[in-house]
Amino acid sequence: MVSNLTDDTRRAADFFASEIDRLISRPVRLMEVCGTHTVAIFKAGIRQLLPLHVDLVSGPGCPVCVTANDYLDTAIAYCRQDDVIIATFGDMLRVPGSSSSLQAEKATGADIRIVYSPLDSLDIAAANPNKKIIFLGIGFETTAPTAAAAVLAAEQAGLANFYILSAHKLVPPALRALLTAAEVQVDGLLLPGHVSAIIGEAPYSFLVDEFGVPAVIAGFTPLDILQAVYMLAQQIGAGAASLQNQYSRVVRPAGNPAARQVLDRVYGGADAAWRGIGVIPGSGLGMRPEYRRFDALAALPVNVEETREAVGCRCGEVLRGVVRPTDCALFGAACVPEAPVGSCMVSVEGTCAAWYKYGGGRWQYEG
Amino acid sequence: MKGERVQLAHGSGGKLSHDLVSKVMLPAFANEALAELHDGAKVNIRGTRLAFTTDSYVVKPLFFAGGDIGKLAVCGTVNDLAMTGAVPLYLSAGFILEEGFPLDDLSLIVASMKAAAAEAGVLVVTGDTKVVEKGAADGIFINTAGIGAVIEGTDISPARVRPGQDIILSGAIGDHAVAVMAGRYDLVLPQTVASDCAPLAGMVRQMLAAVPSVAMLRDPTRGGLATTLNEIAVQAGVGIRVEEAAIPIHPEVAAVCNILGFDPLYLANEGKCLIIVETKHTQQVLTCIQSHPYGKEARVIGKTTASPAGQVGLHTAVGGVRLLDMLVGDQLPRIC
Amino acid sequence: MCLAVPAKIIDRVDMLATVDISGVTRKISLMLLPEAQVGDFVLVHAGFAIQTIDEEEAAKTLELLKELAGYGE
Repeated sequence: MVSNLTDDTRRAADFFASEIDRLISRPVRLMEVCGTHTVAIFKAGIRQLLPLHVDLVSGPGCPVCVTANDYLDTAIAYCRQDDVIIATFGDMLRVPGSSSSLQAEKATGADIRIVYSPLDSLDIAAANPNKKIIFLGIGFETTAPTAAAAVLAAEQAGLANFYILSAHKLVPPALRALLTAAEVQVDGLLLPGHVSAIIGEAPYSFLVDEFGVPAVIAGFTPLDILQAVYMLAQQIGAGAASLQNQYSRVVRPAGNPAARQVLDRVYGGADAAWRGIGVIPGSGLGMRPEYRRFDALAALPVNVEETREAVGCRCGEVLRGVVRPTDCALFGAACVPEAPVGSCMVSVEGTCAAWYKYGGGRWQYEG
Repeated sequence: MKGERVQLAHGSGGKLSHDLVSKVMLPAFANEALAELHDGAKVNIRGTRLAFTTDSYVVKPLFFAGGDIGKLAVCGTVNDLAMTGAVPLYLSAGFILEEGFPLDDLSLIVASMKAAAAEAGVLVVTGDTKVVEKGAADGIFINTAGIGAVIEGTDISPARVRPGQDIILSGAIGDHAVAVMAGRYDLVLPQTVASDCAPLAGMVRQMLAAVPSVAMLRDPTRGGLATTLNEIAVQAGVGIRVEEAAIPIHPEVAAVCNILGFDPLYLANEGKCLIIVETKHTQQVLTCIQSHPYGKEARVIGKTTASPAGQVGLHTAVGGVRLLDMLVGDQLPRIC
Repeated sequence: MCLAVPAKIIDRVDMLATVDISGVTRKISLMLLPEAQVGDFVLVHAGFAIQTIDEEEAAKTLELLKELAGYGE
């Protein structure tokens, strides 16, 4: 985060960068699977500090990007119903569906409210008893427990007009699908620090045991990320593969069991469709029968338009790390942040948006 | 643009705002004075150089820590005139009031305007008041226009920005935007967070008296520091390189940004200015401004360069360099 | 996908805590971290405390970085 940092930061960064260069002598590709990492890496200009032969590529870590059009189309269909208030994280507002977006609907009068916490939508529900409040539940394991907690709180408060349109996804199954598909050579993985704060270390052991890929759980400051890449470099340099935890001040080996318990009470595992990857078994969450009255799709009828994916959009391949944004013909031309075609461009953490906004892989400022 | 509708984001000062103006207004009104697209226009009336500017104020909430819409309306226009290298002299004030708006609030707002005008040394010499039906305006909208006398010997213009000049920022960024956000998302801000809304004409006048050769002045309002730097880079045809570690940000402001996922470089400021000046004068400008209450935290934050022209690069705290783009729409809080 | 901020718990009533982040305060839920105490540093995400921050580990990281900063001298 921007504040008045000292020379110590520069020197520590220099240390990591030169060690990474020393330890890795062949071209390698490291993948980060957390949209927050994608943004942090771009904002800090980290690619520019890494040697050219260390390629840092983004995976499917942006929950907004991996959510297919039909989710947005459903949310939009709901927002057009007169008695519905949509409560959503800001991230969803500009994402394009097949023919509209929540922002566009808002401009024509739909009641769509940005919330910071799912609990805020409970306040909206209590204040508007004649309306149906639908919270858009997206996110990975960091955020899903907060939605589950909101359901429990709604149950406790006796709220009958609160619903969640769920599209939560789980990271480890997506990693498994990616590595199994083996489309892209991955020499090391930067794992999402805050997802790990919830799930702990155990769900990642298959990365090493079954695929032999070095993996480091990483925090989010620029130095956290550099240190994590340094730890990967050490493993790669030694020809080893293990799971390490750079973010030990937050991530405990067992994660947060209380949060997982809350999640398990409300949600069970389900199959989920990931944009660009298809259906990954067990990679999503579905509300348990005893809570289904809070599930929007189960409780509220809706007419959704036929879902169309944008022609020429290569978000799927970008999300799998197969192509760079610049390989897509639409990038920077028909698809720009102010007129995005695909979710990778509209989401703040989308690879394409970050690439465009922060100047691409190695934006060199010749000053 | 046919068939499209105005979105809220068109008003946020970033790319969409620029698009709207350049596609709809500029072609219609095209003329030399307008073409400079600086904060105020410099016009010549029978040999006297005047600066002329206008701004409309629609801020919500109307009252916030450190000010209100009235103070904003006076300071904003005063500052635009100051950014043109002028001594602000006269303002107009147009009010659009919503039926039902409390007269007590109106009195408070007008009193704020009076105080700000007095501090800035300007007179409100003409005005207008309209009332619209309930629901047609958000309580109150204010437009102010202002005239000032361009200070002899100064020529503030993007055309005078050259590579190799220093860029000075007069103080910490983000305070106004965060103060206005207080209460939203249930954040409780400490007393120390207040809008930086202030009339800068006095400070600017002192500085221009000491260093009349200042090339450029601009206040980073809507769209924030990043957007304003981009505008300058494009208009002046230079590159700009900013040092992340040099940009002053108060910890409470950084905290709100961290919580909501905002980038302080894109948040509006109402009492700050950017000064671009030849390096041989940098220390003089700093000394002058730092001795003024509104410039105590002033710092050099970067330089202009020859290339890449029209682009702004940020040298980050860890030593990377990356593009610092303009604001596209408006910033939304995010969880991801 | 996981914006979270470190915060200090300055008050607690049942499952609701007040946290302080550089002077900014907000009420957040402890439903996901019921054992948290006043005085703890926690990570706050979407209005919930999701984990405590281990100050010892944090201090270790800081020490390491300070050592590295001495690199090259």
